[in-house]
Amino acid sequence: MSPLTPRRAAIGIALILLITLPIWVGNPYYINVSSQILLFAVFALALNVLVGYGGLVSLGHAGLFATAGYAGALMLQAGYGHLAADVTALILALAAAAVFGVLALRSTGIGFLMITLALGQIVWGVAYRWASLTNGDNGVNVTTRPRPFGINLANADFFYYATLLIFVAAVASMAVFIRSPFGASLCGTRDQARRMNALGYNVWLIRFLAFLFSGFWSGVAGLLFIYYTNFISPQVASLQTSAEVLLMVISGGAATLLGPVAGAAIVVIMKNVVSAYVERWNLVLGVIFVAIITFMPEGLVPGSVRLWRMGWRAFRDRGRANVLRNVPEPPS
Amino acid sequence: MSLWLTLAVNSIAYGGLLFLLSAGFSLIFGLMRIPNLMHGSFFMLGAYFGVTLLDKYQVNFWLAALISGAAMAVIGGLIERLLLRRLAGQELAQVLLTLGLSFIVADICLMVWTGDPWQPVTPAHLRGAVKVAGLFFPLYRLAIVVVAVVIAIALWVMIDWTRLGAMIRAGVDDAPIARVVGIKVSQLFTLVFALGAALAAFGGVVGAPYLSVYPGLDAEMLPLALIVVILGGTGSLLGALVGSFLIGFLYNFGQAMFPDLAYVILFLPMLLVLVLRPQGLFGRIVS
Repeated sequence: MSPLTPRRAAIGIALILLITLPIWVGNPYYINVSSQILLFAVFALALNVLVGYGGLVSLGHAGLFATAGYAGALMLQAGYGHLAADVTALILALAAAAVFGVLALRSTGIGFLMITLALGQIVWGVAYRWASLTNGDNGVNVTTRPRPFGINLANADFFYYATLLIFVAAVASMAVFIRSPFGASLCGTRDQARRMNALGYNVWLIRFLAFLFSGFWSGVAGLLFIYYTNFISPQVASLQTSAEVLLMVISGGAATLLGPVAGAAIVVIMKNVVSAYVERWNLVLGVIFVAIITFMPEGLVPGSVRLWRMGWRAFRDRGRANVLRNVPEPPS
Repeated sequence: MSLWLTLAVNSIAYGGLLFLLSAGFSLIFGLMRIPNLMHGSFFMLGAYFGVTLLDKYQVNFWLAALISGAAMAVIGGLIERLLLRRLAGQELAQVLLTLGLSFIVADICLMVWTGDPWQPVTPAHLRGAVKVAGLFFPLYRLAIVVVAVVIAIALWVMIDWTRLGAMIRAGVDDAPIARVVGIKVSQLFTLVFALGAALAAFGGVVGAPYLSVYPGLDAEMLPLALIVVILGGTGSLLGALVGSFLIGFLYNFGQAMFPDLAYVILFLPMLLVLVLRPQGLFGRIVS
């Protein structure tokens, strides 16, 4: 038995809290919000593979999310079973990710961002304009949730547990991914692409595979989404969705395992709370974006800590002589 | 007039509007190296300003377009000075900042002008048609084309023949070296950003009787500017012009022939260019 480190204890406590959540929360509304947080956390974790570890900022991930969602919803509508619909949806999400990857990885940085944005808009265009296929703005209804092993997921508690299971699988796969040599090589392509190339790594292939990995989990999140809302519309494929999930990643802190999860919780809770009182979610979203980027570019969690320390230092030092404050920092 | 000719005229008019939108986008992208994700917002906000002047205060159409362009130049300049400037050198942060601002603008427009589409009437002096070589052309569409061509020529003269244009070109080619030889690149940033915002707003007003103004117009126009610039090459005015008319034709003919897929067809040339000539049709490879 390995020793009990604080980190492991924290993970254990978090898991116990998550598993017992339906008991201590009780109200089905909040259980549903929790499911929503977990499914968006899966999506944010997927995007974080590229944004955090690959240094590739995608603004088209809603396209992958919606591809899986629409594929699943349309298959179900056509009368196929859940298994067939889900497998097809994931395959299509992977195929879309492959196309996105091949085109977007012709560039990095800003070029990558622009190309993914344009590709995401194509998916939106199909969802919105190809009305004979996707029913246009009216969206597609999903009438049933699956019943794996006879468990009825229409129940909020059971759906929460199913989402939790997939969420834990996503976190575990991310943890394995990051610690694997492949994850390390992806971080290498982010920090020193040319040196990685010189060392004989195929930088393009590493990025492409990371894109597929990210696309797969985005597809899983898209499927969870249609089962959660029982509905999908072109809004899901819009730039706003891509921006929201990117906000989750950067607000929680990119390139950390649990940052995107915290970001998903922050954004989903805020969206639910704000929408309950005012209609101005977009305005709030924009203001948060601007505020985070201007004041806490490293993410909300590390940023708050930094601002808090600065404030605390200013408070502590308020009586001291100014001379002390002008002492230069020791070289590090 | 046959269907095809109508389509062709509409395509050219639409291309003209796209040029007004994307010329500024291309210059901003070329000079500052950031795709300004609130360019669609400039277009929409400018259109709302202009249409308000036009319908509520009975201002002359062209005057409304000019006032709206001037107002947006001020707003764009302020955004560059006060916000983007703080993030100099951090391209990604700048892009995300403009994205956040675009959400704010979209919601404010929704708040102020409600969700109903607003189509101003075509101004009286632009109604009707002119007869050229036995064919009738709608006057308003022709006016759009003429305005776009005049602005294209003015921009071309400015960029290629004036001292200011030479400085902008130097900045686009190599900003650090331009700085070294004494060009105030940061002032150029503000100027070009304001100019781009003004052009987009002007285009928004001029296009309003044709496209109408509605929530979501910004998100619809931004990808078009993006496609045009990827097609034509960043920082290239000629590229923006050719790309705009190409997309104008594709959009109108696609709409007529494959209404379901018209929007997707727009992206096909962009994908081809990305695969075959990533720097764009008229772009140069930046070392």
